[in-house]
Amino acid sequence: MPTRRRALLVVAVLFLLALVSLGAALLVGSYAVAPSEIWAALNGGGDGMASGVILGLRLPRALAAFACGGLLALAGALMQVLLRNPLADPYVLGVSGGAAVGALFAMLFGLPLLLLHSGAFAGAMGAMLLVFGLARGDGSWTQTRLLLTGVIIAAGCGAVVALILSIAPEQTLRGMLFWLMGDLSHAATPWPALIVLGACLLATLPLARDLNMMARGDLIARSLGVSVARLRWLVYVLASLCTAMAVTTTGSVGFVGLVVPHLVRLAVGNDQRILLPAATLAGGALLVVADTLARTVIAPQQLPVGVLTALLGVPLFLYLLSRQPKGAQGGPA
Amino acid sequence: MSVLACRGLTVNIGGRDVVRNMDFTLSAGERLAILGRNGAGKTTLLHTLAGVRAPAAGVISICGTALAEQSAPQLARQRGLLLQQQNDAFPASVLETALVGRHPWLDRWSWESAADARLARQALAAVNLDGLEQRDVHTLSGGERQRLAIATLLTQAPQLALLDEPLAHLDLNHQVAVLNLLSRQAREAGLAVVMALHDINLALRHADRALLLFGDGGIEEGPVAEVMRSDTLSRLYGHPLREIADGEQRYFVPG
Repeated sequence: MPTRRRALLVVAVLFLLALVSLGAALLVGSYAVAPSEIWAALNGGGDGMASGVILGLRLPRALAAFACGGLLALAGALMQVLLRNPLADPYVLGVSGGAAVGALFAMLFGLPLLLLHSGAFAGAMGAMLLVFGLARGDGSWTQTRLLLTGVIIAAGCGAVVALILSIAPEQTLRGMLFWLMGDLSHAATPWPALIVLGACLLATLPLARDLNMMARGDLIARSLGVSVARLRWLVYVLASLCTAMAVTTTGSVGFVGLVVPHLVRLAVGNDQRILLPAATLAGGALLVVADTLARTVIAPQQLPVGVLTALLGVPLFLYLLSRQPKGAQGGPA
Repeated sequence: MSVLACRGLTVNIGGRDVVRNMDFTLSAGERLAILGRNGAGKTTLLHTLAGVRAPAAGVISICGTALAEQSAPQLARQRGLLLQQQNDAFPASVLETALVGRHPWLDRWSWESAADARLARQALAAVNLDGLEQRDVHTLSGGERQRLAIATLLTQAPQLALLDEPLAHLDLNHQVAVLNLLSRQAREAGLAVVMALHDINLALRHADRALLLFGDGGIEEGPVAEVMRSDTLSRLYGHPLREIADGEQRYFVPG
């Protein structure tokens, strides 16, 4: 049975894990620093070079990775409840497609980083409003209609992205591909993403038990006193906002939003009161670890972090799946 | 006081009336069977009575208050709805699923207490699912899942139970056990029961009143002894039925 004590325990363990991942991200890199130097730098001391590397380069990047991983995992968990489908991910409704169109347009015209971020965010919001407007068209707003509209918008964005890639000059192509795979070297400042992450997580917590009911079906939720229409709208906006913020900061990092909620669900169950904060922390930690590896395994060259999240996540996921007792896995038996 | 009251209720679906201008009240402890052919509108009517679907006209009151004047959580503490199909998208334990019934009784920040868990375990025991508390719902058989849905409704502890085919997927022994359980709840706790049933003979034995839906907006409603006759039932199902008496008990068999 889910209890508050168990929830706090799970969150505390994952919080420690997240701290460890952040610590590792500060420690590892081509410029060697000692753990004592990290401590000194975080407390405002230490020598110039080491604290410059830690505070100026590694900390913002690690925090951005944490925020984006958390945002994607939270958005994925919310989308899975919204669509009542454990295979949904933050990108399924076209938000990342819209962001990609915006960002790639900015790159195509060689616009500065700020406009690239604005373009991505505008694209994401545009896709979200488009899907929302079209799916609500006849007022029914069923899951199937929402999913179909989102998938079609995503496909349309995919076509525009392919078009831009095919007409883009050679020298911008590599940057575009990295953005599409997810890359943290563009991340300017972690704060907007961290603030959105905190706000969205706080906003979902009071709704978590209502979300449990919604995960069991619209009619059941309504018969148990949940105002499903309003809740669905809210969840859609929150999940889209999280996704938009994440892809604006790092590009479309794949896999985190699909697999982290699923993975956490296998480990702690589907109670959203535990799942949402746990997935947020786990997603953040996973992306911090993946990004640390992405910038160190073949240093000085960097890998797109999205490749690493998949390489880390796939075996972990398969292991957890195989560990489950037969017949207790997700999906209809 | 009536637990369920309708005034001038008209319900339609797809341009066709299910009931037209129906007046009707149900008191605590009464059991009503809704009978009708496939597609006559039994489910639609139950959903309307539960307040999850709007009627075309008329007023429905539950526990003395019109649906429009009740908040959704308040309503959920008074009436429970058993759906015709149970569909689990995500894994969950049997106990967690029964505890879903406590949702309308808990504050926003509250977690299920030991008392809630006790209620859920009692409900599971009442439908013979004790010992399966930790099983995943996906591993249950159709009949077990159906009994779990009934346990969830008992955990919700409503005064009015609206049941859409409560006997679906159940073996004969469990069909009778569930009906006995509902009758006991009606007798001892004053639960008012409205159930869409397919088995006329079980309806005859386990309901006090019957509502026949003829599918064209026409209805017949009253004590089972009065409305459940071979002529009305033959007309209802479009198939001749013969009545057989065994002492006090009457039975209908297809002719």
